[in-house]
Amino acid sequence: MSKVLFSSISKKFVMALAGLFLLTFLPVHLIINLMLLKSEPGPFNTAAHFMATFPLIKIMEVVLFGAILLHISWGILLQIQNWIARPVGYVSGNKSEVSFFSRFMIWTGATILTFLILHWFNFYFIKLGIVKGNAEDFYSVAHKLFKIPAYDFIYLTCFAFLGFHLFHAFYSAFQTIGLNHRLWNPVVKPIALVYAIIIPAGFAFISITLWLFR
Amino acid sequence: MGKLISKIPDGPLAMKWTNYKASVKLVNPANKKKLEIIVIGTGLSGAAASSALGELGYSVKTFCYQDSPRRAHSVAAQGGINAAKNYQNDGDSTYRLFYDMIKGGDFRAREANVYRAAEVSNQVIDHYTALGVPFARDYGGTLDTRSFGGVQVSRTFYSKGQTGQQCLLGVYSSLNRQIKKGNVTMYPRREMLDLVLIDGKARGIVARNLITGDIERHAAHAVVLATGGYGTIYFLSTLAVNSNASAVWKAHKKGAFFANPSFVQIHPTSVPQLNEFQSKLTLMSESLRNDGRIWVPKLKGDKRPGNEIPEQERDYYLERRYPAFGNLVPRDVASRAAKERCDAGFGIGETGLAVNLDFRDAIKKQGKKAIEDKYGNLFDMYKTITGIDSYTEPMRIYPAGHYTMGGLWVDYELMTTIPGLYAIGEANFSDHGANRLGASSLMQTSGDGYFILPNTISNYLSDEIRVPKISTDNPEFEETEKAVRERLNKFISIKGKQTASSFHKRLGKIMWDYCGMVRSEEGLKKALVLIKELRVEFWRDLNVTGESTELNQELEKAGRVADFFELGELLVNDALNRNESCGAHFREEYQTPDGEALRNDEKFAYVAAWEYTGEGKPHILHKEELKFENVEMKVRSYK
Amino acid sequence: MKLTLKIWRQKNAGAKGNFETYKMDNVSTKMAFLEMLDALNKKLVEENKDPVAFDHDCREGICGSCGMYINGHPHGPVPAITTCSLSMRYFKDGDTIWIEPWRAKPFPVIKDLIVDRRAFDKIQIAGGFISVNTGAAPEANSILIQKNKSDDAFDAAICIGCGACVAACKNASAMLFVSAKISQFALLPQGRVEAKDRVRAMVEKMDEVGFGNCSNTGACEAECPKEIKLVNIARLFREYYKAF
Repeated sequence: MSKVLFSSISKKFVMALAGLFLLTFLPVHLIINLMLLKSEPGPFNTAAHFMATFPLIKIMEVVLFGAILLHISWGILLQIQNWIARPVGYVSGNKSEVSFFSRFMIWTGATILTFLILHWFNFYFIKLGIVKGNAEDFYSVAHKLFKIPAYDFIYLTCFAFLGFHLFHAFYSAFQTIGLNHRLWNPVVKPIALVYAIIIPAGFAFISITLWLFR
Repeated sequence: MGKLISKIPDGPLAMKWTNYKASVKLVNPANKKKLEIIVIGTGLSGAAASSALGELGYSVKTFCYQDSPRRAHSVAAQGGINAAKNYQNDGDSTYRLFYDMIKGGDFRAREANVYRAAEVSNQVIDHYTALGVPFARDYGGTLDTRSFGGVQVSRTFYSKGQTGQQCLLGVYSSLNRQIKKGNVTMYPRREMLDLVLIDGKARGIVARNLITGDIERHAAHAVVLATGGYGTIYFLSTLAVNSNASAVWKAHKKGAFFANPSFVQIHPTSVPQLNEFQSKLTLMSESLRNDGRIWVPKLKGDKRPGNEIPEQERDYYLERRYPAFGNLVPRDVASRAAKERCDAGFGIGETGLAVNLDFRDAIKKQGKKAIEDKYGNLFDMYKTITGIDSYTEPMRIYPAGHYTMGGLWVDYELMTTIPGLYAIGEANFSDHGANRLGASSLMQTSGDGYFILPNTISNYLSDEIRVPKISTDNPEFEETEKAVRERLNKFISIKGKQTASSFHKRLGKIMWDYCGMVRSEEGLKKALVLIKELRVEFWRDLNVTGESTELNQELEKAGRVADFFELGELLVNDALNRNESCGAHFREEYQTPDGEALRNDEKFAYVAAWEYTGEGKPHILHKEELKFENVEMKVRSYK
Repeated sequence: MKLTLKIWRQKNAGAKGNFETYKMDNVSTKMAFLEMLDALNKKLVEENKDPVAFDHDCREGICGSCGMYINGHPHGPVPAITTCSLSMRYFKDGDTIWIEPWRAKPFPVIKDLIVDRRAFDKIQIAGGFISVNTGAAPEANSILIQKNKSDDAFDAAICIGCGACVAACKNASAMLFVSAKISQFALLPQGRVEAKDRVRAMVEKMDEVGFGNCSNTGACEAECPKEIKLVNIARLFREYYKAF
């Protein structure tokens, strides 16, 4: 059974499912973040509080972290196996026509992970009490952070990478769970493109607005 | 071994195979495991035989020179595979298929064998379908057929232009199943370099591991050669460039008679030679002649592009000479007619060795779409090779060496004149007489491997059950290995200047010029002299670099070319002996006033089986008279 | 044309290899790529040097023997063809051509440009067949198959097992190869009977011999000389999930 659980396809399947779950989390996070645009901190902080305390969400939080952990660890494991599978590379490079971003998933993923750690330091760890700060007023924390140009710069860069990651991830997850059909396969890539633009653009919009116009 | 005993069973033609199977000696299942069989070659016949014998429980050892059994040259067959299913309700039957083959072979094949090949053809289709070979289907889900090769029924099953590949992958899969079960042990990248006889029986082989150069001994109770044809003797042919005759030739030198070596089919529609370094000729399916019109300019040496030559200045020579069949005359006739025009100076292109195959009229009549649907992949293939778009310009084609009807002489049981040595598929002198019809080779070779050999080999092996596992320490193995090593070392020690391939190319040209589509006594005699001269030069000036103890492709080639010199001589002698024109064998001296083949049934209705008598000694001819009890010998006419 | 060739030379599996540079004059645009190498080898032998070893056989794009990694592409820069079908007319006078063997852990180099592809055979042996004994087959027309299914099976079955998919994949994954065989049988009623065992066995073997994982980049599809499609990989995934 372990052979089956750890087969290349099973690992990919886990990667894809975890990834798909993360795909559903991002819009939720974006919607909450949009409340940062409001001039009073109330709605955002209420939402943040709700997310931090509501029991169902607390359960989902465990699932979310499980998904993140699986996605990252399996991603790294698969990548190491892939490197082992080609011990000697090509001198003349690889010029095959492939979707550009699909080549760099481990690197775009690693960038996102770096951001995630930063993000946890800024918010999540405050909530957990690991880092000092006011867990009940993330609105102010966010507003302060976005006023730091260097932070905005890192933030925007990372979300660009998130977009690159999502573009391939969206299509790839569908392929991996076996949903590739000649009828609607042509639709998946455009949807992936729209998703990969709207989500990072939404986050970026908030960041730029708070930085330059508030 | 003076006499050829063909072991044809008694009884009426249609009952011979049934009667044979009812009375053949069998081997007890418990004893089969103890009996070892070596199979050389993994094309349709070799892989099929290996898997069928494995299923029966024999211990099979299978060898191929390629890196995988899936690469054997059966893979390249395009058109299809015949069977007498009569799915079209067009009057087909086992008898009609048999008759078409006998007539197509110009009455130079053995009736009983041909009938049996036709008889098992239906089983072959059933089996391939069960193995998952995706033959073309009709909308109702039944198998589709097409007509092929100048017959009046539609009996050719096909998978687009890749029927050979699909069938080969079918036999490869059944072979894999037996490998998994442990009934077959596969030895890829091995080349058989000699046959080992013990007390006159085939008991094993000496092979070279092509990666390490190790010389290996393999013993068995019987040896099956499924090594294909020898068409690469012409150097440029439609065959895989590594296809060779060495296994059958070694067997021949150990006592297996070689039958009808001069019966070589020249395929009329291949891509012509484009440059002096060309290594092979690519076949364009014969089906193109259904819509393409073949022509040359009326004006000698007319070098204008085909499209600029007006209608009245074109010579549609096949339509002119054969109004009844036109462009659809059989392969041998079409090939000779192309050669005749080119020799007379009407050929096109830089070399003058090509004719036009023009789709202009067909496209005008049926539209480009219809032609694309039918031949799209062939047009693409042609464009890939030549860069020419055949939708707008005529295709250029020329005949090329293709299939060898000749091969090791076998009896009804497919056993050669060496007890325990069998030859199946194209490697034997087969069921195609002097000319093979389209789509009948896949049928015959699959039938040999799956359904015939597994039934006949027990007749021999049933007497071998008391013979214990044969040891490779026998002195016969010792001697054979020593001879093999000496020969390899000899190639390397010559240290001359020329490559094996350059000799092969020159030999091929001699064979093509004097023993190709048209032969004459004078030309053949000249060829004998030229081959001998070249052979002497070969053994004096060959250069093989590297060692025999490593992967050495030059050494592999040298061995194959050396054997081709000897086979070439026999081929020419056989052509000289056959003072008639029949099928693919056309002797200039024997033709009707209007240039058609003139058969001589009184003197030459026999299989010429040649016995090797030693280095430098002439072969002895044995004749197997062909009796036609069920068909009447007729003149083939396509006028 | 005049060309500069940079060819990977490696005496045997254990040896350390390196690139050698060869100058070629008088290369005709009518030559095939392998014929250009034949000409090089002729020259090398005449100079008593070791010729370049490479696999090749049918030279018409169907046997799957040949395979070289040419200027960043398996089988060279022209899509949908094998190395043997590559014409020299696609190159220009003065070009430098890099020629490398397939690179993948399960395809170790044997000599020069020849690699050992038996890993593919091992996967096929694990389950790439329908278990029917000779003589046991039912009448061919007794099982009807939808034409489109049969055509799809054919489109998957035309894989020539050359290994270009593995060579192209940045992960050296054999997913396209395996999926082609799985698809052929999965689409035919004859193959459905043992579909579950087949896919489990073949995937297990594929992992065991050390191919990488698929990351859906599509390089295999782009380089496949027979244009086998990625839908087959999705089908392989479905078949695998169905097997449990």
